[in-house]
Amino acid sequence: MTVTLIIWIAVALVVIGVYLSWTAGRLDRLHSRIDASRAALDAQLLRRASVTQELATSGVLDPAASIVLYEAAHAARQAEEDHREVAESELSTALRAVFGEPAQVEAVKEVPGGEDAATELAAAVRRVPMARRFHNDSVRAARALRRHRTVRLFRLAGHAPFPLAFEMDDAPPVALADRPGT
Amino acid sequence: MKIGIVCPYSWDVPGGVQFHIRDLAEHLIGLGHTVSVLAPADDETPLPPYVVSAGRAVPVPYNGSVARLNFGFLSAARVRRWLHDGTFDVIHIHEPTSPSLGLLACWSAQGPIVATFHTSNPRSRAMIAAYPILQPALEKISARIAVSEYARRTLVEHLGGDAVVIPNGVDVGFFAKAEPKAEWQGQTLGFIGRIDEPRKGLPVLMKALPAILAARPETRLLVAGRGDEEEAVASLPKELRGRVEFLGMVSDEDKARLLRSVDVYVAPNTGGESFGIILVEALSAGAPVLASDLDAFAQVLDQGAAGDLFANEDADALAAAAIRLLGDPERRAGLRERGEAHVRRFDWATVGADILSVYETVTDGAASVAADERSGLRARFGLARD
Repeated sequence: MTVTLIIWIAVALVVIGVYLSWTAGRLDRLHSRIDASRAALDAQLLRRASVTQELATSGVLDPAASIVLYEAAHAARQAEEDHREVAESELSTALRAVFGEPAQVEAVKEVPGGEDAATELAAAVRRVPMARRFHNDSVRAARALRRHRTVRLFRLAGHAPFPLAFEMDDAPPVALADRPGT
Repeated sequence: MKIGIVCPYSWDVPGGVQFHIRDLAEHLIGLGHTVSVLAPADDETPLPPYVVSAGRAVPVPYNGSVARLNFGFLSAARVRRWLHDGTFDVIHIHEPTSPSLGLLACWSAQGPIVATFHTSNPRSRAMIAAYPILQPALEKISARIAVSEYARRTLVEHLGGDAVVIPNGVDVGFFAKAEPKAEWQGQTLGFIGRIDEPRKGLPVLMKALPAILAARPETRLLVAGRGDEEEAVASLPKELRGRVEFLGMVSDEDKARLLRSVDVYVAPNTGGESFGIILVEALSAGAPVLASDLDAFAQVLDQGAAGDLFANEDADALAAAAIRLLGDPERRAGLRERGEAHVRRFDWATVGADILSVYETVTDGAASVAADERSGLRARFGLARD
């Protein structure tokens, strides 16, 4: 009698242990996904700021637009972590202000080397919203799992900080990204 | 870049998802990437060199119709071997929620995974029941793509999270360069789709036809697609049946020529469409489009700017709109022009570049794809042999 009881308890413990280990594995995977998506987002933001800065200093644009873009790009690159979202949003606004008209994009393309710069900038403004969506999606998945009872009770998340979404205005200038939907 | 694509449906059965994957794979190979497609296929079917068979798909009743799916121990083993041999930088899974190769690949892979959601099914009970099973698999997907804003919305509602919208691609040049056929020209309406599938909407068009013919007796309706032709015209008065011509199944070339020839392409679909690739093909061929106002169609047609819309399932509205279009060559020319400009965003050059950006975004700062050892029990206890 007691032997079967002990066996049953042991089986139950093993099952619980396997489940907990599996959930911890899931969580671990989600955390590494967040790290990867955050790194990708940082790379895209940095790339956008660099291309903008290059364009601003190249003399292709008029002086006023150059200064606006240079300021915004510089601020975005130098921003402290807690001002980052605001600075990056301001860069988006500046880009929209400068490249609001297709004529401006055409003007950039006409200058030697401008074609490449315009393509690079178009790719950069297009990829930032993508990377941000992917990052926030991974954050949401991790948060959903971390709110789970089992995860909280057994502290499966350990000391990992509660993941935060990256909120910013990332709408690309219409003239640079004429695509539906996104 | 080494790219692995997972196709959930049988390669030998034609379908929208399969065509999309075929065109995507060929486009990417054309750009110099290494692509391998894992798809269910009969062992005898001749496959293109980039397709790897995952074994024969089994017909199972699923989601209201019979779907041919792959699952089980053997398929899972083939998926793992494909992942192991492929050493991909990124894998792209189509329809990861269908209980087929997509889900299996999600289970057994780790690393950068991109997934495309094609369908926009209303929430089904099976999906809700399967949610706890699906969630751990879906969590591994680093980037989600929805084929339309509508598909994205259903995805967000059902599964949470977010996705980027990248439409299905079309080889615009192929349709734009097709040669019109003289016998299909002159006051013709075109319809392409399964005749016996009511959701494709041929019955609505048949109901509208008498009114259209009363106003414009010269009109002819050209129908391409398989199904019972006699049953299709059964609702039509006998003397009008001669105005309907059935072309049967047509080749891709003939489809393009048909779309180039007709005066108006009619898409009376009543539902079940998440994208509407046929509309994009019609626009590419420069056919003025008249379509029902489904969410997905309205989006492809730029809310009516690139093609006319009529109230879904309303035969009178369809008739009125068709009569107006047939009698107004200027409006047709306007639609043609706007359609041709609008359709460029669906060209493979644009769509392919967008999909590649997604691949590059997820591979930045991530290791390559590998078989997920954690999902094996032996591995969990440190007993894995390899």
